[in-house]
Amino acid sequence: MPNSNPTRGKGDKALFEAGVKEYSAQGRYYYDPDYTPNPTDVLAAFRITPQEGVPWEEAAAAVAAESSSGTWTTVWSDHLTDQARYAGRTYKIEPIPGQDNQFMAYIAYPLDLFEEGSMPNLMSSIVGNVFGFKAIRALRLEDLHIPPVLLKTFQGPPHGIVVERDLLNKYGRPLLGATMKPKLGLSAKNYGRVVYEALRGGLDFTKDDENITSQPFMRWYDRARFVMEAVHKAEAETGERKGHYLNVTAGDMEEMYRRAEDAKALGSRIIMVDYLTVGFTAFASLSKWCRRNGILLHAHRAMHAVIDRQKNHGIHWRVLAKWARIVGADHVHNGTIVGKLEGDRVSTLAVADLLREDFVPANKERGIFFDQPWVSMAPTMPVASGGIHVWHIPELVALFGDDVVLQFGGGTLGHPWGNAPGATANRVALEAAVKARNEGRDLLREGAQILKEAARFSPALQKAMETWKEIKFDYDTVDSLDR
Amino acid sequence: MKLETFSYLPQMSDADIKKQIEYIVKNGWYPGIEYTETPGPENAYWTFWKLPFFNAETPEEVLEEIQECQRNNPNAYIKLTGYDNKRQCQVFSFVVYKPQAAA
Repeated sequence: MPNSNPTRGKGDKALFEAGVKEYSAQGRYYYDPDYTPNPTDVLAAFRITPQEGVPWEEAAAAVAAESSSGTWTTVWSDHLTDQARYAGRTYKIEPIPGQDNQFMAYIAYPLDLFEEGSMPNLMSSIVGNVFGFKAIRALRLEDLHIPPVLLKTFQGPPHGIVVERDLLNKYGRPLLGATMKPKLGLSAKNYGRVVYEALRGGLDFTKDDENITSQPFMRWYDRARFVMEAVHKAEAETGERKGHYLNVTAGDMEEMYRRAEDAKALGSRIIMVDYLTVGFTAFASLSKWCRRNGILLHAHRAMHAVIDRQKNHGIHWRVLAKWARIVGADHVHNGTIVGKLEGDRVSTLAVADLLREDFVPANKERGIFFDQPWVSMAPTMPVASGGIHVWHIPELVALFGDDVVLQFGGGTLGHPWGNAPGATANRVALEAAVKARNEGRDLLREGAQILKEAARFSPALQKAMETWKEIKFDYDTVDSLDR
Repeated sequence: MKLETFSYLPQMSDADIKKQIEYIVKNGWYPGIEYTETPGPENAYWTFWKLPFFNAETPEEVLEEIQECQRNNPNAYIKLTGYDNKRQCQVFSFVVYKPQAAA
């Protein structure tokens, strides 16, 4: 009879200690307040809302265990491994000011948990399992530190800000773009007209919207041809390099590659992808293709708000933005700041630093929980898009500096005289603001005045300023948020 | 025909050009001068006028070089550039003079 070893009886204690143990139990590593993180550890800051009656240490240890090596009951084969080596460890727990049912847990993950150069593996590991855990009411990944040793296994942006400027021959000012409207329904020829008008007026870029791919009213291969005819014509007339972000988002990887190759064959300088909806595997493959083929990659963040909008559950935008740089993208949308959402100002500027800088220090006031060294990974251009117009331009330049793409969809196409004057109005306003800044003028205090001076020689700008409401510029300091 | 940064603004006076040179120098960048008679999207490497001015001390020195470049090349477009050796790239560029005949 096979396997006739009896498994009940006196010797069982020598086998292993079966049963459910608390995650935070001594000797299990998942709650380890004496642990000092290793420079090679991945570090996560999780905002945890435990179920009533679950102690904080237990909730944090559960998250650490279930996002690393643990499971709900001990198993004999655990002992075939060195559990100390693979356990995620909660090394710090902090209360959150103003919240009594949530706390912040800091968890360190050993490097060996992760495959080199694989964002899907990183995600499946850290956020793949724990979010539905019953003991946790809500869970949000607030920040993620990637150690330099792991960062070096990722490509990063295909080109980065410096190479982008060199490829486009554009220096010393923000770049200007616009999404083509209406989003859907134009024929390819009409769409190309809208592109031509915006580019010939002075924009650097025009853009497919995130849900324009290849639909019955306009197929990819037709749009690409009419758009590139428009781009080349605008370049020849203006003498400046232009680009239209052709959206290669597709239903499978093979079609994405076909569209990218087609864009390249037609001479496009840039393509675009909806990086969250295509997934990080496709995004990585496309990004590597873009580097090999010398084409810029614009990443649209469609679907991000499904993940990042609820304050107590999901993944904060700053983590999704870091992932966009790491995998990576030359541009990623990051919000505009100006307008009604004052509360986003500090966080958005902090994310702009995470995208552009080579070292971003930890600063909880700004929502940055860990130092993030980028060890020379190329920087990503943040894109400010949505509800901005000429009156915002001086403030946008003051807030973001030169290394930003400012996109004015309605603010270009809504000009009473059409796209070209709309584009010219934005370009004149932008150059006037940059010139004034270089001369040492205060863009926040004198912004409106600077625009009015420029409008004297630009009827298109004058008309744009009349069309959209004046913003007041009399700040003494940039607002900062109390946390 | 447009010429990138500041080409949508009216021709700058020499006083305004000097302010832009000051901006380059104040930021610790190196100004340079290039010229061409055939600007366009395919033409990014214009002809170097001498070399970048790694030791320029005043904006006037650079402006004089720009003017001398124009005297020597009256049919050329002349651009002022800026190089940042910390970021190791070009960071500034605008066309300061157009040929007398051009619009």
